[in-house]
Amino acid sequence: MAIPTNVETTFLLGRLNWDAIPKEPIVMATFAVVAIGGIALVAALTKFKLWGYLWNEWFTSVDHKKIGIMYMILGMIMFVRGFADAVMMRIQQVWAFNGSEGYLNSHHYDQIFTAHGVIMIFFVAMPFVTGLMNYIVPLQIGARDVSFPFLNNFSFWMTVGGAVIVMASLFVGEFAQTGWLAFPPLSGIQASPWVGVDYYIWGLQVAGVGTTLSGINLMVTILKMRAPGMTMMRMPVFTWTSFCTNILIVATFPVLTMTLILLTLDRYIGTNFFTAENGGSPMMYINLIWIWGHPEVYILVLPLFGVYSEVTATFSGKRLFGYTSMVYATVCITILSYLVWLHHFFTMGAGASVNSFFGITTMIISIPTGAKIFNWLFTMYRGRVRFELPMMWTVAFMLTFVIGGMTGVLLAVPPADFVLHNSLFLIAHFHNVIIGGVVFGVFAAINYWWPKAFGFKLNRFWGKVSFWCWVIGFWVAFTPLYVLGLMGVTRRVRVFDDPSLQIWFIIAGIGAFLIACGIGSMFLQFGISIWKRNDPAYRDVTGDPWNGRTLEWSTSSPPPSYNFAFTPVVHGLDAWTDMKAAGAQRPRAPYIPIHMPRYTGSGVILAGLSTILGMAMIWYIWWLAAVSFAGLVGFAIYHTFNYNRDFYVPVNEVESVENARDRALAQGA
Amino acid sequence: MSTVTEIKTASEYWETEPHHHPEGASTSIGFWVYLMSDCLMFAVLFATFGVLRGNLAAGPGPKDLFDLSLVAVNTTMLLLSSITYGFAMLRMGAGDKSGTLRWLAITLFFGLCFLGIELYEFHHMIAEGAGPWRSAFLSSFFALVGTHGLHVTFGSIWLVTLMVQVSKFGLTSANQRRLTCLSLFWHFLDLIWIGVFTVVYLLGVI
Repeated sequence: MAIPTNVETTFLLGRLNWDAIPKEPIVMATFAVVAIGGIALVAALTKFKLWGYLWNEWFTSVDHKKIGIMYMILGMIMFVRGFADAVMMRIQQVWAFNGSEGYLNSHHYDQIFTAHGVIMIFFVAMPFVTGLMNYIVPLQIGARDVSFPFLNNFSFWMTVGGAVIVMASLFVGEFAQTGWLAFPPLSGIQASPWVGVDYYIWGLQVAGVGTTLSGINLMVTILKMRAPGMTMMRMPVFTWTSFCTNILIVATFPVLTMTLILLTLDRYIGTNFFTAENGGSPMMYINLIWIWGHPEVYILVLPLFGVYSEVTATFSGKRLFGYTSMVYATVCITILSYLVWLHHFFTMGAGASVNSFFGITTMIISIPTGAKIFNWLFTMYRGRVRFELPMMWTVAFMLTFVIGGMTGVLLAVPPADFVLHNSLFLIAHFHNVIIGGVVFGVFAAINYWWPKAFGFKLNRFWGKVSFWCWVIGFWVAFTPLYVLGLMGVTRRVRVFDDPSLQIWFIIAGIGAFLIACGIGSMFLQFGISIWKRNDPAYRDVTGDPWNGRTLEWSTSSPPPSYNFAFTPVVHGLDAWTDMKAAGAQRPRAPYIPIHMPRYTGSGVILAGLSTILGMAMIWYIWWLAAVSFAGLVGFAIYHTFNYNRDFYVPVNEVESVENARDRALAQGA
Repeated sequence: MSTVTEIKTASEYWETEPHHHPEGASTSIGFWVYLMSDCLMFAVLFATFGVLRGNLAAGPGPKDLFDLSLVAVNTTMLLLSSITYGFAMLRMGAGDKSGTLRWLAITLFFGLCFLGIELYEFHHMIAEGAGPWRSAFLSSFFALVGTHGLHVTFGSIWLVTLMVQVSKFGLTSANQRRLTCLSLFWHFLDLIWIGVFTVVYLLGVI
């Protein structure tokens, strides 16, 4: 039977019992800090009577802007967790030399590198990317919300549910010790009999439902909700790259979902898809998971390519160079990303022909990517470049990402890959492109669109401190890993024998410290800016602080709930630049009632039930799984009986919001 | 470059007249996209079956297990249910509420027959010692056919829900939209089944 007999299970609590609570000092101290912080937060929210406000204005909101902001907050919180994991690994690898075991045992260390990867990809990068797309895309296309606003709220809470499951593994039970993609047979029931891999599976499945639905939602939004006149080739580049990203989400996340379902069946009912016995094929899992996994990295980076395009055009004061080629390059990358998955395991033994095919397709991807780099450079060329923070991040991205791209092409050469496979060189490469491409892009985007979302700019001084700590810290942290990788050090190693390697790990540790300073400065930047938000140096009443080019800058900051009192009409690329050039004044009365979706708590309830279902399945609490599943189906049906899902914002409300904006503009001018 | 210099009136840059956007205009394309994502889930299952179908692990193979005449009856049930769903949609188009409900009920009957026969087949195989844990071939068989069966199950639950909603609230535009989505879903499952019938049963036995 599949269920291990050595774990005692009870009817009421499954395999959950007192022994499941880890008693390691590090975990207990973390738990104490989280518990005290959590209690303080709950107490503060209760004291200031904020629960009603949060529930009514945020948690149940179907406003794409609020959901976008909540995604960004989720990403930030999980980023701190993921970074803490990174720091713990750095310290361990500095420490564990000359016969020392370091301070982490292998059970703990293996969970940390797994959690670091899983959290950074699924619960940091994905929420950041989805949050940005959610906030910006409807504004850029002149829409009032996404196509399916309730689904959007539900998707967000499913992502939160997945994050909650992964975080719970820290304090109850264990997380997977398999690496972030949980390859079988290591992730099978025999090698990983306890709850770690199950936490992994259910965390990703719950969040994955949210990601897939949000992909469908945004894809349809871009197809159907564009303002009149905005043809496909007049869409802002960020909208284009978001469109391609959402196509990739819809085209790949189902593969991940199904692959994990098959792994679940192997673990729960003893099927033989990926086992090493009865005809199962572990390599099939590795193929399937990378058919999702490679497009996933383009899902992450494409929207940020869009961000860099917007930022470069705005801060160079020019139309983007080569808009059409940028669009085609994006589409090429979208298609090619599906044809390279095997480069993750050249060493599988597929043979020279197969490896050559995938090596060549991988190298071909660098061509459209290179075209993009040249487009950004030519946009800056002879532009009046303003080195505001978003532009600084963009330049840092170009310098960093090009190096990461080149080491990627090196790894795409199969014979070289046989030497570098699973080495720290690979680790350095993908951090080079993910930090240089995705993380820097997210920071550029936050600095760029923060004034849009909140109506005030971010502090420049601490932004610059954060920038330099991050950029220098990144290179100090990861250059040593390139060197170590070339010397043959493999990834996921806990203890080292060769003392000559230690210096490189010490340097990498210093880099991690600098990055920590960068993160600290960024939170300081946020804090100071929020504190001084009414200061005229920070406050922006125009809604267009950077002299932007696309429609999101045509409305107020923050935009009203309905985004645009009148739907904009588009005559070309850079619609807002056109409007400004034509001196077009935004129309006033007579206003029209605006059709908007109603807020609903259904998303929170459905995602909550899904989370309970996941936890029940992880701990083999079958009765709770059955009850929560029945509740899920029942509540979903109940929800469909609610036909009253929209309302009209009355004219006088639109009028008072728009008049308030006029007054603010008059004061600012 | 934008060289527009003449001052245009606001109405050229904003829609100042009330503009009615038909409600639910995105629903059908959204549902299509969802179906395509679902199709990919089945693609993974078909690929898995294709890779693992020969891995019998010295257990029973397709020729030992499949009874084509039973599968033929089963396929007929599902195909009939698709036709009757089509009739329900025709009645819906004619605004005939009771006719729609009648055909939906018949569709449900055929759907449940399909599920009943499938459950009988599964039960029979497991009783013979050919359960999903016996070999990789059987794992992939149960996963593919079972996932399709689960879809039909959820489709049936959805069908009942819609029958209640149509009988309670009538053929409103929201309900017509929902019936159209379920119709797409139901025919999609038919299409998948034709793939299953061909790849799993026919190619397995001949």
